[in-house]
Amino acid sequence: MKNEVQVTFPALIENASLARLMVMGVLTPLDVDTQQLTEIKTVVSEAMTNAIIHGYEGNPHGLIELKIELEDDRLAVMIKDNGVGIDDVEQAKQPLFTTKEEEERSGLGFMIMESFTDEFHVDSAPGVGTTVTFERKMVSK
Amino acid sequence: MSIGINVQTQGEIMFVTLTGELDQMTTDQVKLRLMTAMLAHGIKHIVFNLKGLAFMDSSGIGMMLGRYNQVKALGGKVFIIGMNPTISKVFHLSGLHQVMTVIDDEKQMMRVLEEAI
Repeated sequence: MKNEVQVTFPALIENASLARLMVMGVLTPLDVDTQQLTEIKTVVSEAMTNAIIHGYEGNPHGLIELKIELEDDRLAVMIKDNGVGIDDVEQAKQPLFTTKEEEERSGLGFMIMESFTDEFHVDSAPGVGTTVTFERKMVSK
Repeated sequence: MSIGINVQTQGEIMFVTLTGELDQMTTDQVKLRLMTAMLAHGIKHIVFNLKGLAFMDSSGIGMMLGRYNQVKALGGKVFIIGMNPTISKVFHLSGLHQVMTVIDDEKQMMRVLEEAI
């Protein structure tokens, strides 16, 4: 079985929860436990929030592309923005690194995404944007 | 899904019960509500009850870290009750378990508070 969904969102913070719901919708046919689903929701939320807050710096006219693929038990997700990009991806991946300390950002986004996925990649270039891709094998009950 | 915030105070302790989803969209609402209550009641310690919280991402960690820094400046402490397994993982990844007290059993809450405060 293969399902593939692609959608483009304006960079509005309420669309982070919509993206989470869409990924959950694609996973509905699988009989997996709540913890796996919540972990995937967390990864999607982190990537969407990064795109909205950091990529587009709150500019609601930015567009975020979400692509969800489910083939048998393997989930693959891409979240892409055309925002400001990241100067140094390795530095951004460091725990507790944040450029927005005054806004009480924890700097944990990439660390959480890496922890809750099997494969995780960030491609970014300043002025071009950031693409986050991840894969996870979902384990049925 | 929105966030539910219940705040009760007892002396210098503020008991915060969160329900629903805590993400970037809802953290500002929680932050504002808690900061207002802290100022109004002279709060020094915070107890977060997360039993009804279905979802929390790192935005929630940032919000809790902000409140921790506030009460720490007053010599206060932060306690957490009722984390689901995913929230617990995020919490441990953040390192907050090293500075906040996790109370596993809600029935033990008052005893733990009496001993710690």
